[in-house]
Amino acid sequence: MKAAEFDYLRPSNLGAALDLLANESADVQILAGGQSLMPMMNFRLAQPELLVDLNGLEELQFIRQTDSHIQIGSMTRYCELETSSLIQQHVPLLSIALPHIAHSAIRNRGTIGGSTALADPAAEMPALLIALNATIVTRSREGQRSTEASKFFLGLYETALDSGELIESISIPKSTTGSACGFYELARRHGDYAMAGVAVTAQRTDPINDARVVFFAISDRAIRAETVENHLNGLSELTEEGLENARKEIDKLDFHGDLNAEVSTKRHLAKVVFKRAIEEMMR
Amino acid sequence: MSGPLTLFDKPNSYIGKSVPRPDARRLVEGRGKYVDDLQLPRMLHAAFVRSPHAHAEIGNIDTAEATTLPGVIAVFTADDLADHVSPYVGVLTHLQGLRSPPQSPLAADRARWQGEPVVMIVAQSRAIAEDACELVDIDFEPLETVCDAGTALQDDAPVIHGEFDSNLAWQRTVDAGHVDDAFARNDVTVIEREFIFGRHTGVTLEPRASVVEYDPSEAVLTYHYSGQAPHMMQAILAKHLGLLEENVHIVARDVGGSFGIKIHTYGDDVATAAAAKILARPVKFIADRTESFVSDIHARDHTVRGRLAVDAEGKIAALEIDNLTGIGPYSMYPRTSAIECNQILNLTGAPYAIENYRARGTVVFQNKNMMCQYRAVGHPVAMAVADGLLEEAAHEIGMDVVDIRRRNLFADNAYPINSAAGMKFDDLSHQKALEKLVRFMDYEALREDQAAAQKQNIYRGIGLVSMVEVTNPSPMFYGIGGAPISAQDGASVRLDAAGAPHVSASITEQGQGTNTIIAQIAAGVFGVDIDRVKVTTGDTATTPYGGGTWASRGAGIGGEAVLQASHALKQQVLDVAGVILQARSDQLDIVDGQVVDIEIGTQRISLADLGKIVYYRGNELPADVTPELIATRHYRVTDFPFVFTNGAMAAHVEIDVETGFVTVLNFWAVEDCGRVINPKLVDEQIRGGVVQGIGGALYEECIYSPDGQLQNASMADYLVPMAAEMPDIHIAHIETPTKTSVLGAKGAGEAGTGGAPAAVMNAVNDALRPLNASIHQMPMTPQRILKALGKV
Amino acid sequence: MTKSQNISVIINGEPISASVPLRTNLVDFLRNQVGLTGSHVGCEHGVCGACTLEVDGSMIRGCLMLAVQADGAEITTIEGFADREKAAQLQLSFQKYNALQCGYCTPGMLASALEYIEAGGKADRAAIRQHLSGNYCRCTGYQSIVDAVVAVIEQGGKQ
Repeated sequence: MKAAEFDYLRPSNLGAALDLLANESADVQILAGGQSLMPMMNFRLAQPELLVDLNGLEELQFIRQTDSHIQIGSMTRYCELETSSLIQQHVPLLSIALPHIAHSAIRNRGTIGGSTALADPAAEMPALLIALNATIVTRSREGQRSTEASKFFLGLYETALDSGELIESISIPKSTTGSACGFYELARRHGDYAMAGVAVTAQRTDPINDARVVFFAISDRAIRAETVENHLNGLSELTEEGLENARKEIDKLDFHGDLNAEVSTKRHLAKVVFKRAIEEMMR
Repeated sequence: MSGPLTLFDKPNSYIGKSVPRPDARRLVEGRGKYVDDLQLPRMLHAAFVRSPHAHAEIGNIDTAEATTLPGVIAVFTADDLADHVSPYVGVLTHLQGLRSPPQSPLAADRARWQGEPVVMIVAQSRAIAEDACELVDIDFEPLETVCDAGTALQDDAPVIHGEFDSNLAWQRTVDAGHVDDAFARNDVTVIEREFIFGRHTGVTLEPRASVVEYDPSEAVLTYHYSGQAPHMMQAILAKHLGLLEENVHIVARDVGGSFGIKIHTYGDDVATAAAAKILARPVKFIADRTESFVSDIHARDHTVRGRLAVDAEGKIAALEIDNLTGIGPYSMYPRTSAIECNQILNLTGAPYAIENYRARGTVVFQNKNMMCQYRAVGHPVAMAVADGLLEEAAHEIGMDVVDIRRRNLFADNAYPINSAAGMKFDDLSHQKALEKLVRFMDYEALREDQAAAQKQNIYRGIGLVSMVEVTNPSPMFYGIGGAPISAQDGASVRLDAAGAPHVSASITEQGQGTNTIIAQIAAGVFGVDIDRVKVTTGDTATTPYGGGTWASRGAGIGGEAVLQASHALKQQVLDVAGVILQARSDQLDIVDGQVVDIEIGTQRISLADLGKIVYYRGNELPADVTPELIATRHYRVTDFPFVFTNGAMAAHVEIDVETGFVTVLNFWAVEDCGRVINPKLVDEQIRGGVVQGIGGALYEECIYSPDGQLQNASMADYLVPMAAEMPDIHIAHIETPTKTSVLGAKGAGEAGTGGAPAAVMNAVNDALRPLNASIHQMPMTPQRILKALGKV
Repeated sequence: MTKSQNISVIINGEPISASVPLRTNLVDFLRNQVGLTGSHVGCEHGVCGACTLEVDGSMIRGCLMLAVQADGAEITTIEGFADREKAAQLQLSFQKYNALQCGYCTPGMLASALEYIEAGGKADRAAIRQHLSGNYCRCTGYQSIVDAVVAVIEQGGKQ
């Protein structure tokens, strides 16, 4: 299980990295944390011709705040997010979810940008970013652009990233007074990919508004369930009836089965994780 | 006077003490010596092109591009190895009717499972060898597959081996008493269930590993082996590579777990040895994790239909089972793939006094990876079926699950006794073990907790198992059937000039603590500090002949050989000491490395001084005294085919009925493995075994597609038990030494794996019972539990 | 033919320069080129934890990092841990509690346990189990490993 041959370059600044990515004659792959790419290369499922290693780009490693947002450089590692007081204070959903993502040794290396660019349907990060109403800031030699997270994840391992483009940072609105969040996933073993999971955020005002409900590990991508959200928004309190109406909408989502759970199981578990995440959010 | 009878009472005996393992320090400091750690001059690396199809004709194999890749030294197909390796057949004569066709290391004209090796590349590095694998072009013509054991014997099923009329490998029936009459009685309640056991595999953390070197000048092949049975491997490689047995040298240093996985004959390992011989250069083959999943033996994969009749008092009137298993396309060489089925027939219901017992076993070929003996062969199936039926029956007639066991377990004074299946039992303690378990786990309190929890819609369950474990096998296991597998083991103990005993023994170490218990026995019997004892195992050049460590036999058989040899050496030393000291040897003893006078306890001469006299200053000895400071003894079990152990275990689980997730809250095991040589090591064998059993009950399964593709051949997808989900495991002992040996030790290596699945399954069903749901399929995954609950 | 690059690293305190094939991962480099065979290879896809070792103060999977990426880094493997107080205590405690059988998982397990203890982890069995849940051990059933870690934390270093 040894990787096939490749060329390897480690640019020392963003401009150089973008120049390398612009090379359309070679199969270029960005190496971020490598915690998903390296296994795929070891299995020879990925055989890039050129690896562009972003680990030398300190300019992509930051967690900083503006008045309204937390901005996270794409090469920021999970372990840095876990210990960041800015994250704990302003993006509590991330703090709740991070311990569920793989294991310490993986989080010590894995990056937020890498997971976002991979768009694994079972991974937590895409769902979290959609639930957080994050913006993905990408850059190529042509310049910078921003994409809402909900429009970034297009399908199975498919994103809105263009060729020659990399994720520069992720911008997340700070949680405000009244904002609440919940997260629940069902993994067979701690740190495994989930059988079903959900991230929820809302304004716990009276009535509830701006609910965002995003499932993962149930379909070919993280799925924002707006029809479910509609049943939450406008409720003064969470009644069993309101939840039941919301759950009925879950039935209609586009479920994809996997080795651990067929579609009917995913559908059932999606409702369970939804209920539990909502309970956590309202606690 | 100083004989073995005092062994267990002597103040300086190490038997029964939790002596820390002397070799542990090496391992915690990263100084282990595993096969993959070897780097030999001019060493090459092997990789294999494996069949991507479960069943396919092999047409043209184009290796031209691979052969010319820089760094590739050789490419071998089945044709290339045909003159160098003779085919092998995995049958044993005592398993009457078992058939399997000759097998070659590499598939010749047909591939019969996904993962079967077809082409071997030998290159300067493993990476280059893998590069070359991608350049091999094989014309496969996919054939219809037979994957489901349930359809393998149907008339329209494709037959995997042209020389056979069907896919049947073996069948056996046991019929004792009057089964039909018993089931027909009008005073019995009959429980019938179908049990399905998923395929597991061993997932040794160190994968299978071979480094083989060949010296043509001496025609000696040295095989650096990660396995359990060096002498068996010596015989097999000699036979099939056309070498003299004495010219095959097997060396096993540290072994990164084995569990039965590494005791078989694998085509890729044999091909590696052949390549080393042909090329006269060292060749390394380390199975990568994907290769492990598709080529390490699998196990379990049984469907068992079981029927149990009990009367109103809970007495078992009859038990009947019908077991079907698929073993892949061949019976594994040399232990065969019929043993697990055979064990199930032999062991189902074995703890209980059952007069009427019928068992049918059917073993079929199929296009999946091969199955063979893996830790606790057959036990988890046999115990889960019998105790699963028994607990169901108890509930059906309104009896407590402990009570029904009390009424059916063999009485502790009933031995020796034969079971309905013909197993010979002695020195067991089922009733005592059950009572100890009930107290140990505080059964009554758990039942109260269960009732209270249920009122809050928390579903907890308690499940038990009473079990036997096959240990210390005699030649009746394999040798009788013609396999080059020794049931006896040997130990040599010699005294060096500095007064230290060196033990070399034929049993082997894979982490159980074999070397530690050897040192404990030798030190205690001989009379020296354990730190002075040097132990060598795993090397056919320096150890006596013997079977190795498997079937929970190391301590019981090899340990006895060490005891006898140490005792013999001690007598020899005392004889010499008697001459030197002009004393009667029966009035001398050895204590802490000193020859002492038994009567007054005074030190007479140190072993170091004695050694110096014997080795350096023989002139001080009378001419007619020729001291032998080495003794060798061999031991085998003669009175019984196997020495059984018994145990009672219990699991406490909680089920999240919304998600189907099972949490094992607690686990208890009461084990009677006879004399406990090292309590800590025995406990850890049981704990590790229990967790392996929980893995089988809740997590582990080789999931195949209908066309024979293994779907989860990675550690991300094949779920082994990890720390977060496992409970602490409480262990207690009963010691009923076996009368077959002085040491009195039975085996303890497999009990946990054999018993835990039954206990967990019973606990799950106990938790589900108020919801009118039940599950008899392992692993009991969340999805299967949700289905049992009718939720999906 | 093989694409290689020179790297300079400090391994267990010793500066080492080597030419490494680009595709060689860190643990293969350490084992095969440097001869530090204490770190083990169990799955090569980041799940089993046997190759867990320390790079620039972080415990990482040696199979999921290229050797070239370690250029300029300080690496500590099981062979170098003994110089660290808590690691030495863990090594003793693992022996005392028989927190290993075959020993193949031990270097990685010890690295993960060391990370937990050095980060100030509490003697909380569930938390320890969770932290170690990325390290596979087939032999022990984990309990004795948890015992060994708890003992080091509770005794604060006194064995």
